[in-house]
Amino acid sequence: MVIRPILATLRRHKLTAGLLVLEIALTCAIVCNAVFLIGQRLQRMDMPSGVAEHELLQIELSDVMPVVNPYARAEEDLAVLRQVPGVQSVGITNQLPFGGSSSNANIRRDPAQRDPSFSAGTYFGENLPQTFGARLVAGRQLRPEEYVNADIVMKALGEGDMQALPKVALVTQAMADRLWPGQNPLGRIVYVTPQVGLRVVGVLATLVRANPYDPATAQLSMVMPLRMGVADQSYVIRTRPQDRQRVLAAALAALKQVNPQRVVSASRSFDEIRQRYFQDDRAMAGILVGVIAALLTVTALGIVGLASFWVAQRRRTIGVRRALGATRADILRYFQTENFLLATAGIVLGMVLAYGLNLYLMAHYELPSLPAAYLPAGALVLWLLGQLAVLGPALRAAGVPPVVATRSV
Amino acid sequence: MEAGAGAITEFWMLGYYFQLAWRSLRRNRALTALMVLAIALGIGASMTTLTVLHVLSGDPLPGKSAQLYYPQLDPQDLKGMRPDKEPPAQVTLIDGLNLLHARRADRQALMTGGRVPVQPDRANLDPFYVKARYTTADFFTMFDAPFLYGHGWSAGDEEAKARQVVIGRDLNNRLFGGANSVGRSLRLRGTTFQVVGVLDDWHLNPHFYDLNTGSFDYVEQVFLPLQTMVDLLLAHDGSTDCWGNSGGGVGNILPMPSCVWLQFWVQLDSPAKAAAYRQFLVHYSQEQHAMGRFERAPNVRLRNVMQWLDYNMVVPDDVRLQTMLAFGFLLVCLVNTVGLMLAKFMRRAAELGVRRALGASRRALFMQLLVESGVIGLVGGVGGLLLALGGLWLVRQRPSDYAAMAHLDVGMLLATFVLALCAALLAGLLPAWRACQIAPALQLKSN
Repeated sequence: MVIRPILATLRRHKLTAGLLVLEIALTCAIVCNAVFLIGQRLQRMDMPSGVAEHELLQIELSDVMPVVNPYARAEEDLAVLRQVPGVQSVGITNQLPFGGSSSNANIRRDPAQRDPSFSAGTYFGENLPQTFGARLVAGRQLRPEEYVNADIVMKALGEGDMQALPKVALVTQAMADRLWPGQNPLGRIVYVTPQVGLRVVGVLATLVRANPYDPATAQLSMVMPLRMGVADQSYVIRTRPQDRQRVLAAALAALKQVNPQRVVSASRSFDEIRQRYFQDDRAMAGILVGVIAALLTVTALGIVGLASFWVAQRRRTIGVRRALGATRADILRYFQTENFLLATAGIVLGMVLAYGLNLYLMAHYELPSLPAAYLPAGALVLWLLGQLAVLGPALRAAGVPPVVATRSV
Repeated sequence: MEAGAGAITEFWMLGYYFQLAWRSLRRNRALTALMVLAIALGIGASMTTLTVLHVLSGDPLPGKSAQLYYPQLDPQDLKGMRPDKEPPAQVTLIDGLNLLHARRADRQALMTGGRVPVQPDRANLDPFYVKARYTTADFFTMFDAPFLYGHGWSAGDEEAKARQVVIGRDLNNRLFGGANSVGRSLRLRGTTFQVVGVLDDWHLNPHFYDLNTGSFDYVEQVFLPLQTMVDLLLAHDGSTDCWGNSGGGVGNILPMPSCVWLQFWVQLDSPAKAAAYRQFLVHYSQEQHAMGRFERAPNVRLRNVMQWLDYNMVVPDDVRLQTMLAFGFLLVCLVNTVGLMLAKFMRRAAELGVRRALGASRRALFMQLLVESGVIGLVGGVGGLLLALGGLWLVRQRPSDYAAMAHLDVGMLLATFVLALCAALLAGLLPAWRACQIAPALQLKSN
């Protein structure tokens, strides 16, 4: 109804109106993409590990002197840790979910395959899935007699002696699905080098890799029956969540008693490990929230400022309209409609920019495409923002008395 | 004479414009504050992120980095070969030693990283681990390592697997109270080493010669001969990539021959030498192929430091993204300010009309308005600078490995001012020009 006079007025302020439209469009484009990025980060931070996170502790010890028999020493440590009150299970590992530094193998379905199918995280260490609390969905756990010492494996690999190598392995469901979609993985052979095949004896529901940068390959991991005998022993302890602090202190003290000549390189809860792994994502999400808040504030204040100018500039016109019979509501609606039109133009342009920005980000930052639902949501936010921002100046306009028409400025 | 008088008048007029601007800005305090704040926020955010980007993409060894090259070879088997594939990012021990002993470059160094346990003699000090670099004799000269005391080891000591060590300043302070410790002994993992040199503080950012350790904030405190490390089977850290039937070694077991785990750097003082070295790498690959060691056709690369950093994309994606976001934000702030400034100037059409009618030239009006927007920009710029300092302080509180490097240097300080001034003038140009188009008579009439 009042759209035509509004358009006529705006035509006289083309440049100013155009700038406001541009500002809304840019804000719309950046906010849509920023919200999308936040969603991506939150989703990443929510990545499942497959382990009993609130019940796990890690202690890593480093030797100061060369050790004669690291395997016997590891057994001794494990026995001591099992005696610590509150300890439910202990294991030794080469890497931890979200631990950062990772051990991986190129996986083949068929030894003759030219290119590997994918790379998978390889976990070694005794009693590991049990201590992690990784759920077994098919088959069985690795048996103690299936474990082989790491140095024997290295030597056998060097000499091409396949008999001394481990024979079996556990794989995650995700890895089984990638290798043998829709088939029973139990009993199948997975190749970790073109010559070394391991029979799958069990399937774990989930076990995330140590360094899962890509969610699509995050759950591709396997557990091999390899006994670790290295300078850095990384022990995993499972306990009740409320006992963690006490158990960690007691375990450290017990290990210190076994051999005081070792350096503690890490002693932490799994919660800390996850926290640390995703710290950059958390910071980025925080920065994005800040950017969105700042953008919306600046844009809202810009709308308030511009609308205030226009109201002040049109005081006489408003007075004349009031004198000619326009109600307060008419004036209010006039400014609201004007803002709605400008916001709509900005949003339409903003959608195009948002899409373009997303294409750019996809090309440079390995991001998926912006889901269509973000666009109407972004439009709604900017419409609301515009209406809220213009309300104050519009009410002031509605408050202009008709008598203004009779006064000269 | 005439020109001089004109300049003086113009100068006085400028002062008058400042007065006018001040009065006008004071009249609409909220609006002025809004414009200043928008510019300050935009500039603060942009400069914070730009400074981080600038620091992270800097040259770690200015003046020298163009002569340092990173040769890459392809010793892998035929499985998974693609013609356009990059060779591995590191070398095997055999190839590293072959290239080292060939001595075809002006200088060359083979290396890998690790951690070693230090056993202090002092009873009140527990053993502790420090970051170590296992490398060869030329390393210190090639990378301009600053010696506080002593010097590196010789190529002869290297081959003799000498138990010699160069330590960092921090470790020297911790163990020897900062005294000249050359000639003193140091126990590392049960072996006694002799200190031959002490380095001054030495922070290479990025840690370009070995990016596997993390690109930033990585400082070794112990440097010892690579051959000694191999002899003592000290543990190595970093990345190990193997092919065929082999394992990367665990703990104190060395990686197998078909694993790459070492970095090899050469110094080549002229482009001609670089071209010749490239040719040498091709010949070497052909020779190894003829001997049956290499299975693939020669596939070599020779990148200098900046090319190597670029290839490895050491600047985190998040930092680039943050810079883009900040500049997007600055753009919105600028558009916002242009809009407000335009509205403001147009509202003063009457005043400007009067000034025009009284004889002020269009140019004079333009100058007056530009001064007004310039003042906004300047104040906004100063605010932006303060915000950038605050922003960088916030960045330094973050746990990222590059956090400590986030400082404003003189260049970036100047850049901030230039950016602020340009932004404000840019924001003022359009509104000032538009406002000057007003016909004086029309404005007087409408009044």
